[in-house]
Amino acid sequence: MPLNRRGFLGLTTGLTVVTLAGCGSGATSATSTPRAGGRLRAAFAGGGAKEVLDPHLANLFVEAARSKALFDKLADLGDDVSPQPRLAEKWEPNADLTRWRITLRQAKFHDGRPVRAQDVLASYARILDPNRAFRAKSSLALIDLPNSRAVDDRTVEFALKRPFAEFPNALAAFGTYIVPEGAEDFTKPIGSGPFGFVSFEPGKSVLLKRNPDYWEGAPHLDELEFVIANEESARTNALLGGQVEYAHDLTPTTARSHASGDRMTIHRSPNSAVQAFAMKLDRPPFDNRDLREALFLLADRPQLVESVLAGSGQVGNDLFGKGYQHYAGDIPQRQRDLDKAKFLIRKAGAEGLVVKLDTSTAAAGMVEAATVFADQVKGSGLTIEVVQGNKDSYWADTLKNGSLSSFRSGAMPIETHISQRLLKGAGTNVTKWNRPEFDALYEKAVSTSDASARDEAYREMQRVLHAEGGYLMWGFADWIVGAKPSVGGISTAPANTLDWARFDKVWLG
Amino acid sequence: MSLASYAARRVALGLVQVLAVVTLVFLVVQALPGDAAVALAGDNPDPARIAQIRAAMDLDRPAPERFLEWLIALPRLDFGVSLVSGRPVADFLFGGIGPTLLLAALTLALLVPISVLVGVLAALREGSLLDRALTSISVALHSIPEFALAVVLIAVFGVQLTWLPPTAVGADLLAQPAVLVLPLVVLLARPICSISRLVRAGMVDALASDYVRHARRLGLGETRVRFAHALPNALAPAVQQVARTTDWLLGGVIVVEAVFVIPGLGTVLVDAVAARDLPVVQGLAVVFAVTTVTVNLLADLVAFRLAPRAEVVA
Repeated sequence: MPLNRRGFLGLTTGLTVVTLAGCGSGATSATSTPRAGGRLRAAFAGGGAKEVLDPHLANLFVEAARSKALFDKLADLGDDVSPQPRLAEKWEPNADLTRWRITLRQAKFHDGRPVRAQDVLASYARILDPNRAFRAKSSLALIDLPNSRAVDDRTVEFALKRPFAEFPNALAAFGTYIVPEGAEDFTKPIGSGPFGFVSFEPGKSVLLKRNPDYWEGAPHLDELEFVIANEESARTNALLGGQVEYAHDLTPTTARSHASGDRMTIHRSPNSAVQAFAMKLDRPPFDNRDLREALFLLADRPQLVESVLAGSGQVGNDLFGKGYQHYAGDIPQRQRDLDKAKFLIRKAGAEGLVVKLDTSTAAAGMVEAATVFADQVKGSGLTIEVVQGNKDSYWADTLKNGSLSSFRSGAMPIETHISQRLLKGAGTNVTKWNRPEFDALYEKAVSTSDASARDEAYREMQRVLHAEGGYLMWGFADWIVGAKPSVGGISTAPANTLDWARFDKVWLG
Repeated sequence: MSLASYAARRVALGLVQVLAVVTLVFLVVQALPGDAAVALAGDNPDPARIAQIRAAMDLDRPAPERFLEWLIALPRLDFGVSLVSGRPVADFLFGGIGPTLLLAALTLALLVPISVLVGVLAALREGSLLDRALTSISVALHSIPEFALAVVLIAVFGVQLTWLPPTAVGADLLAQPAVLVLPLVVLLARPICSISRLVRAGMVDALASDYVRHARRLGLGETRVRFAHALPNALAPAVQQVARTTDWLLGGVIVVEAVFVIPGLGTVLVDAVAARDLPVVQGLAVVFAVTTVTVNLLADLVAFRLAPRAEVVA
């Protein structure tokens, strides 16, 4: 076997397992009562040159976690990935859902200034600046900023370009942080979050301190330090060696080998990342519905979860957002059915066809999943040839090229998933799903204030996608975090939601 | 040819080489799929957004034009600014060069005395049990790749025995020198073998040479013969190998930096290539090319001094 990065990481884990085999297990310390004080060191993968403290430029997990510690959004996503009020105390739409009145909480920035309606409007204006390219821009694009206004210091009225019932999703979108009006220099960032800024060394560490005046109550910790370790093995070793108390994003293999040990506690956040294959509907061979169904039926999902995710996950039913608000959990789970798949492949005249499956190491487990799936397809008449592409340009490449590719996504509301990926003209429509009647259903959902009608529209959309869509969503990976056993208050909410990597609720026991 | 004119010619050639390396690196990075905008957009590759990032980064201008501009500013030691973060490239270079230099200097400070001592001892006792033991150990160490050795050392000394910190994560390298012990052992393991083997071979040859026999016939003391006459000649071939090792160390040993979390030049390079941050990659290419040229020039001059009869080829 050629020694590549993955082989190397596997080897690392293996050796760690061997050397830890002698360690005892079972001891868990009391972490139930919060204790104040101390510095928590949290190891994350970083981006070196890419790292910034500007919360609107945040892109990496470490940047999202830092932004969350330093800043607040008007809303954020709860455990079921539905929007929860944060800096916004409440929101009230008008009857046709085109004007939204937001009441702000009484909160202060770290320099003592109050958070005002003007700060909210200025933050959103910065994100929407036509000359810049902030990630949250598309989420906020439906705000008609010139017609939005500050009613008073604690009330904002947003005008929207169209009726939109899911506006709170936009307020909770990735990167929509509220910064003080006029803030441009983020070398010493000032926010309203639970921690204040102390120091930053790009690519190495960020030190933050407790904000005693945080509106939701001061954090337990005195200090919070984010340190960068790009290799998963290094994060694990640093935790085992007592150099950090929290290691973000560990592999299922690490979790499995340390779950019973007494040197780290494994925290799993279920339903955090969907694992999938994306078929493109606008080109052969997957413009043929029978062939898509054949692929759905060829996937042995329990085997994929067991082998690729090392059991740290759940099977998927070709629908995004298991366990999230509006998820159609009543649609029967798809099972492997080789005979029916063979029949469909014959019916489609695709016997002997060789399909290229594009994949890369851009996300953990994608290459493994592609290899396992190619094996599961053997004997069906169809052959899948795994092609590994460049990881840095993978997502842009597979958006345009090929007909079948590996896919994964973090948590977001089901509405956001649909609007970004499944509508005509959506920016990242990798399956090229384009159905006017589906678009109309979406319009109906987001322009009605009747919650049950909206829920029914989402379910109908999911029924269509389950039957005919291009995403073969085979599993949902747990998000895995390791921590010192004495660390308490770590939530298992899906990654990207409010309680993920939320250090104001964490304490050192 | 005098030493001075030889050195001047080599410096001029070095400048051409640096320029060639930088141009080549530019072409290679251009040939990689995707640019900085695509890399930054990541798993959210909305074409409209990529176009906006491209405009915001000034990437919509032709690449050769941006490269020429960067090249023209270079003689003023202006390395440009990072595409992704907007921070000056020089900041990245200064940030990464500290840990890399520190590791390289410490490694060399230990490497040269140890490997010369091992080589000389083995040569003086040629064929003895000591010679065979030293040879076996150093060859065994040489055959272990850095990452494998690193992983084993971390697992045993860092995690299991907890004698030493397993990584340097978040540490100030000078304030906590313990974090440097394991990386130094890993960096030393292979070069000790290659250099001590060369010293041993050179010493064995020198001790058997006519001039050493002549010196002994003249009645010079054995110590003087060995260390004043034989050793300098024996070191000449090893100097070239030390130079290659130095060059390797100054390039930032990526594997060691990654496993031990040392934010040196290797890490900066990996991050910059992944982000397609061309000005940072080019800045690093300049640093690496200049060190390679300088180190090799110095090695040739030192070898020339140690053994003046050796042929120098420009």
